[in-house]
Amino acid sequence: MEIRTVFHKKLKEVRNEVLAMASMVEKAIDRAVLALKQRDLKLAKQVIEDDMTINHKRFEIEEACVDLIATQQPMASDLRTIISVLSIITELERIGDHAEGIAKIVLMIGDEPPLKPLIDIPHMADKTCEMLRRSLEALTNRDADSARQIVAEDDDVDRLYNQVFRELLSFMAEDPKTITRATRLIWVAHNLERSADRVTNICERVVFIVTGVMEEIGASKY
Amino acid sequence: MENKMQTKHLDFYYGKKQVLKNVSLDMKERQITALIGPSGCGKTTLLRLLNRMNDVIPEIRLDGDVLLDGENIYAAGVDVVEVRKRVGMVFQQPNPFPKTVFENIAFGPRMMGQKNRLYLEEIVERSLKVAAIWDEVKDNLDKSGLALSGGQQQRLCIARTLAIEPEVILMDEPCSALDPISTLKIEELMQDLKKQYTIVIVTHNMQQAARVSDRTGFLLLGELVEYSETSEIFGRPRDQRTEDYITGRFG
Repeated sequence: MEIRTVFHKKLKEVRNEVLAMASMVEKAIDRAVLALKQRDLKLAKQVIEDDMTINHKRFEIEEACVDLIATQQPMASDLRTIISVLSIITELERIGDHAEGIAKIVLMIGDEPPLKPLIDIPHMADKTCEMLRRSLEALTNRDADSARQIVAEDDDVDRLYNQVFRELLSFMAEDPKTITRATRLIWVAHNLERSADRVTNICERVVFIVTGVMEEIGASKY
Repeated sequence: MENKMQTKHLDFYYGKKQVLKNVSLDMKERQITALIGPSGCGKTTLLRLLNRMNDVIPEIRLDGDVLLDGENIYAAGVDVVEVRKRVGMVFQQPNPFPKTVFENIAFGPRMMGQKNRLYLEEIVERSLKVAAIWDEVKDNLDKSGLALSGGQQQRLCIARTLAIEPEVILMDEPCSALDPISTLKIEELMQDLKKQYTIVIVTHNMQQAARVSDRTGFLLLGELVEYSETSEIFGRPRDQRTEDYITGRFG
C-alpha cells in the first residue's frame, strides 16, 4: 500500500518537469543547428531568447527539489532521484547554453558566404539530440543498462568532432582567408561535442539512481 | 570493532506465536545500533531480550543465544540482576521515581549497597553531568524529579541508568514523548554517550535513526531483513522491502 502519496505525486511532478525541460533543450539544439544550416537569423535570435525560459525552468525545478528535501525527508531511491535531478537540470541548462552559443555564432556568421556544405555538424546535432532523448527515457524507465550504452555512443560524436576539426583545419591551411569562418564552425562543433559529454553525465546520474553507486562511466579521453 | 552484544539465530515465541525469526545481530562496542520497522515487527521484543526484560512474561520461549562480551546471558546460572546492571534501559515514557532528583540517581547505587554519602554525591553529579542535565538541576537536587519537564525527566532517567555504570544502554523510543528540542538534546547526548557506552535504540522515527545511529537494522514480521551501515540503509538499501518501507511505499 502506497503511503506517501502526496510526496510521491510531487516527486513525479518534478520528474515530469525535468522531461519538459529536456525537450526544451533538445528543441534549442535542433533549432540552433537548423538556423545555421538555413542562415535563419530570426530563428537564431529565438533560440537565444528561449534560453532564458530554460534557465528559469532550471531554477523552478531546483526550488521544488529543495522544497521536497526540506519538507519530506526523502530516503533511498527517492533521495537519490532528487539529488540526481539537481545535477541533471544543471547539465540540461548547460546544454541549453551550448545551443545559445551556436545561435550566437549564427548571428556572427550573418550573411557570410558558406565555407562548405554542412554535413557532419548536422549529424553531430542529430546524434546528440538522440542521445539526450534516450538518456531521459532511461531516467523515466530507471534503465541503467541503456544509460551505459548511451555513454558508449559518445565516441561517435567525438569521432565526428575530430573529423570536422581535421577537415576545417585543412581548409585553413590551404587558404588562410577561411580562418575566421572555419573557426566559427569549429566552435559550433565544439558546442555540440560538449553537449554530448553532458548527456553522458546525465546517464551517470541515471545509473546512480538505479544502482546507488556513483561511477564515472565514460572516462574523458582528453 | 568488537561486538559488545550479539544475538545468534534468535527465535522467540509468545505462546505459539513466533515474534522473532532467526535473528542474528552484531552490536558493535561504542556504536549506536538502531532498530527500525513497522509496529509489531518485533523490534521492542528484541530490545527487551537484550537485558532479559521479557523473563517475567509467562509462556515465552527462546531459542538461540544472546551474547554479552561473548557470554550467553540466558545461560544457566547467570545472575539476571548482574545482566541488567551491565545492560541498562531507558523507556519510552520518562519514568522518574516520585523522589528528589538526588534520590532518583542515588537509588541504584544505594540498592547495590553504596552508603557513603560523599561517594553518592559524586556519582549523582557525574551521572547528571554526563546526561547533560547537571546545569539545569544542580541547584534543585532536592526538588522532586516529577517537577522537571518531560525532556529533563528523560535525561534524568538516562542519568539514573548511568549511575549503575552500565556498559550497554538500551533505549526504547526514548524521544517519542518529547518535544523536538528535547529530542535533539537527547540525540546530541547519545553522541557523547557512545564514546563510552554501547547503545541500542528502537525508534519509530526513521529520521532519528538516520541522524543518530552508526548501524541500522530493519525488522519485518520478526525477521531481520537488512542490517548495515546507517548511510547504506537510508541511502541505498539492498533489499526491496527495506526500500519500500523507508520510502513509504508500504506500511
